[in-house]
Amino acid sequence: MENFTPVSGLIGGLLIGLAAALLLLLNGRISGISGIVGGLLTPKSGDAGWRVVFAAGLLLGAFIYMLATGGAMPVIMQASLPIIVVAGLLVGFGTRLGSGCTSGHGVCGIARLSRRSIVATSVFMGVAILTVFLTHHVI
Amino acid sequence: MPRMFVALFAGTLFGLGLAVSGMTNPAKIVGFLDVAGNWDPTLAFVMGGALLVTIPAFRLILKRPRPVLADGFALPTSSALDARLLGGAALFGVGWGLAGFCPGPAVAALVTGLTPVFAFVAAMIAGMAAYKWIFERPARTGMEAKPAPEAREHPA
Repeated sequence: MENFTPVSGLIGGLLIGLAAALLLLLNGRISGISGIVGGLLTPKSGDAGWRVVFAAGLLLGAFIYMLATGGAMPVIMQASLPIIVVAGLLVGFGTRLGSGCTSGHGVCGIARLSRRSIVATSVFMGVAILTVFLTHHVI
Repeated sequence: MPRMFVALFAGTLFGLGLAVSGMTNPAKIVGFLDVAGNWDPTLAFVMGGALLVTIPAFRLILKRPRPVLADGFALPTSSALDARLLGGAALFGVGWGLAGFCPGPAVAALVTGLTPVFAFVAAMIAGMAAYKWIFERPARTGMEAKPAPEAREHPA
């Protein structure tokens, strides 16, 4: 457990939860990123702007973090570029098919005690763990 | 206009949270998923921290008749545990396990300008478009593809 960072993990999680609560309380929207981004592919009049702005906010938030840490925000991708592309396709297709991702199902859906989200989260967590096990320890 | 500011503020807070928690680093995600290897439980604390806020907050918020700045809550209406949910979650899980990225952190990480991040996000958008092409438009034979459950506006 060399890389375990419970404090920053918890603080980051609290910020994420706060962001989700604010978006729901004020705008009545679920902060499920796959849904927010996916909704831009079928833009409805009056519905696209806030999505672009929210996504821009994601970058801005990460940028603020980089400013605060003097440019440090490690993004270490160990997979090869072809695998990364396949992974992206699966994530894009799978999150739309399954109506959500870690933020939509995992944070917001579970918070609503949604059976669909609890099941979906369990499935994608389990499959992801299995995928890593196979690719790191078997193949 | 106020809703736009909220979207910007919430998105920024969300992105900051992702960066602070380390979720923008695929190596940390893979570390959590690598239960048989050098296991890094941090993601559990991130989810825990988020749920610590959202579980009580959502409960209170959804008691309201409507949100502060909109006419109604846009909430998912389906409750079915169907093949799409399970299949979609499984495909997402494979992709997440392969790259260590899910949509939120990937979009936030675009700020680094790194090529692999752009490649992932481009592929992700392509995957979303493929879903839309297959499931959300009529086939050339004239048969309607079954529409996916969409969020509906309705008072809480």
